Amino acid sequence: MNRYPAWLNLLVLGIFLLGIVLALPNFYGSVPAVQMVSADGNALNDARLAEFVENLEAVGITPEAAYLEEGRAVFRFENVKDQMEAGDRLREKFDKTASVALTLSPKLPDWLRAMGLHPMSLGLDLRGGVYFLLEVDMASAIQSRLTLYEQSFDGLLRDAKIRSRVDLEGSDIIVRVRASEDLQSARDIIAAADPDLLILDGADGQSLRVRMTENQIRARQDFAIEQNITTLRNRVNQLGVAEPLVQRQGVDRIVVQLPGVQDPNRLDDILTATATLEFRLVDASGSSPGSRRYPGRGNESGQMLRREIVVSGDQIIDAESGFSEGSPAVFITLDAAGGESMLKVTRENLNKPMSAVFIETRRETTQVNGEARTTTVRTEEIINTATIRGIFKNRFQISGLRPLEARDLALLLRAGALAAPVFKVEERTIGPSLGQDNIDRGFKAVSIGFLAVVVFMAIYYRGFGLIANVALFSNLLFIVALLSLLQASLTLPGIAGIVLTVGMAVDANVLIFERIREELAAGNTVQGSIHEGYDKALSSIMDANITTLIAAVVLFAFGTGPIKGFAITLSLGIMTSMFTSVIGTRTIVNLVFGGRKIETLPV
Amino acid sequence: MRLIKEKTNIDFLGSARRKMALSISAIAIVASLVSLGTRGLDFGIDFTGGVLLEIGYPEPANLNKIRTLLAEAGFDEVQVQEFGVPTDVMLRLPPQADSDPNEIRDRLRNALAADEPNVDLRRVEFVGPQVGEELTEKGGLAMIFALLMIFAYVMFRFQWKFAAGAVAALAHDVIITLGFFSVFALPFDLTVVAAILAVIGYSLNDTVVAFDRIRENFIKLRGTSSEESMNVSINEMLARTIITGVTTLLVLVALLLLGGESVRPFSIALIVGIIIGTYSSIYTASAVALLLNVTAQDLLPPEVDPDLIDDLP
Repeated sequence: MNRYPAWLNLLVLGIFLLGIVLALPNFYGSVPAVQMVSADGNALNDARLAEFVENLEAVGITPEAAYLEEGRAVFRFENVKDQMEAGDRLREKFDKTASVALTLSPKLPDWLRAMGLHPMSLGLDLRGGVYFLLEVDMASAIQSRLTLYEQSFDGLLRDAKIRSRVDLEGSDIIVRVRASEDLQSARDIIAAADPDLLILDGADGQSLRVRMTENQIRARQDFAIEQNITTLRNRVNQLGVAEPLVQRQGVDRIVVQLPGVQDPNRLDDILTATATLEFRLVDASGSSPGSRRYPGRGNESGQMLRREIVVSGDQIIDAESGFSEGSPAVFITLDAAGGESMLKVTRENLNKPMSAVFIETRRETTQVNGEARTTTVRTEEIINTATIRGIFKNRFQISGLRPLEARDLALLLRAGALAAPVFKVEERTIGPSLGQDNIDRGFKAVSIGFLAVVVFMAIYYRGFGLIANVALFSNLLFIVALLSLLQASLTLPGIAGIVLTVGMAVDANVLIFERIREELAAGNTVQGSIHEGYDKALSSIMDANITTLIAAVVLFAFGTGPIKGFAITLSLGIMTSMFTSVIGTRTIVNLVFGGRKIETLPV
Repeated sequence: MRLIKEKTNIDFLGSARRKMALSISAIAIVASLVSLGTRGLDFGIDFTGGVLLEIGYPEPANLNKIRTLLAEAGFDEVQVQEFGVPTDVMLRLPPQADSDPNEIRDRLRNALAADEPNVDLRRVEFVGPQVGEELTEKGGLAMIFALLMIFAYVMFRFQWKFAAGAVAALAHDVIITLGFFSVFALPFDLTVVAAILAVIGYSLNDTVVAFDRIRENFIKLRGTSSEESMNVSINEMLARTIITGVTTLLVLVALLLLGGESVRPFSIALIVGIIIGTYSSIYTASAVALLLNVTAQDLLPPEVDPDLIDDLP
């Protein structure tokens, strides 16, 4: 009685050893490192890696290790001095093709790395860094699409020589034709331009009401958020942050996590910036339909500009800041469509003025009757108006910017524009000293709590208490192993979850051991008591753990950020504790006491 | 070693005892509700929105001086508090209209750095008002949802009278823990919501273990009254209830003392919740089931296939 077959003993031992291996990467510590990501988003290869290393060795810096990891190049260094120098060198040499970030890397031996194992990933509250929650302004995403429709219908109808007026009314585009017999052809033109649009007849028989369908709106919103995520990723990479996280959350939010970043100010400006450029011809006569007055910068006077956009910010594929004739300038390269358009316009409008308009969207909060209202404010300013002196196509420069502005604008134009403005709704910055404090405190709380329980169990249940302690230790090991394997971030609440698990995990053993005591007191044999104790306690253990698991899963489903961390460690802890405290302890109990004639049990 | 006698025979559910326990619970619940209704909770910026800064000073900070400095810089509504140790200060601002959080942070930092250049900005949090509102809603929903799921599980494993008893005990724990936070004006942040959900899990754990034994004894002790069988069951489980409570409290006290200021509300919520949860699984859960006239007939043999259990170790 109370013997496990050999295979089961081996299986339990195997799982325990697996736990040790998975948890192993956490015991090596970290060293200064440099990480490189290719600017075009593609994975780096061995040839590039060799090229980087060669460049470092040329200036006498030898990385302690250099390898590729998930398409990134990682260089580990003995000390921070080498790391800094290497960072500068790589940045200087490969600025155009790769972004360079300074970071810490685990000092893993090659065989562990080859197995694809990592230490636990630490949450921002433990390693320091910045967390942003950004909200995408969906109304604005739709509005910009509607404006595009408005402009294109206007152009199409004019090309077809239909005398008409196109206006935006809320979320409807109203097309009014001068002659009612043109209505059908106007409808055909619009339907041909985008067959998905909803086209309704106006009440007066001379107008059409055009509307985006639910599906189109949803598609546009999805596009806006996906596009924004791509743009934000580009921007973050341009800034040189190691292991950034940019992720969609819910319908209209984006989470950005930047570990190790300390000064959120500039980052914040860059991430949420909507700054972009548009080029429009100056309407000298002021009579062209749809022209509008744009204000100038500072004391400059404004200009009437034509409605048609010659080139917009999303047609810019490269931008670099520099100086032209002593003043800051941005050198711009356009894509093919932008180049075509620029060529056509400059050829037709030689010696006429064209303006570069700087556009920015900001959200402002005002108090209305005690309630905070947010409104979106769009600023448009002419930064520069120049006479077209020659025909040009896809490369040109603009001036009229302040130096820092030129640098940031170039970065923004390079990384791409946001499809819709984003606004910060939450920001958390954790300093590095606090992160380290949190790790130290968490570690102390776990070890002292663990120690207290271990001592209590050993005194209270003697031999069986020691067995339960082995299970408790394995439980901690398995939690660390699973966290490392899943790469779920460990946060301070996550550590609290581990602490709680340590306290609660012995419950199963308490249930079993109390049951064994009861059986012994009732006169059952030693072997019979062990068997009955485990057997009868099982249904209580299952019930108890499943109910706690329900609470943990609900917490996971509803919680965000740090709360999720707590829910993860709590649920992992519950699951691993069922294994360690039931099967684990039974294996040891069977090996030590099973199948032998004994009179008393140390329980 | 034993903490309590091997065989206790405490009359937990006698009608006098039951009445007393129910009145204590009723008083605590009413007091909690009154406090929640009048004083409310000291919601952190997770819920209210606003700006929070944790600042480290090289030497113990002079809070009054900081208040004066900030008032001079135009921050009248700022809350200044010591945070755990005398060198740590927490500043809290309500949501600001028409100004940028970056600007607020810079102005605060500059105002403080003018006096003491070595201030360390340890943590800055900005939460928009809309996020706070959502969180409050989500937190409430999470608790209701957890209670419903648990009701369903206990109903499936036992019977609706037990489920009602379990959920009544949980609601009891949640209300009194919230009441405790309200009466003592403890900071209520997102981690406290997590702690309360963990309390729900823990207290339920206790209740279900007691119910398991009650079911077993209903079948074993045929002929005895429900009240008597339940009382025997609770006595039999008393050692386990107390030991698990002790080990859990041990680690939580370690967390409270060593975990630092930011996990303090979390640890307090769990400690209070677990003490109340232990009490409620002894008194409230079974008492409610008894109140609903639970009998042995209500519990047909358990739904779990007994073969399945025999196969497991």
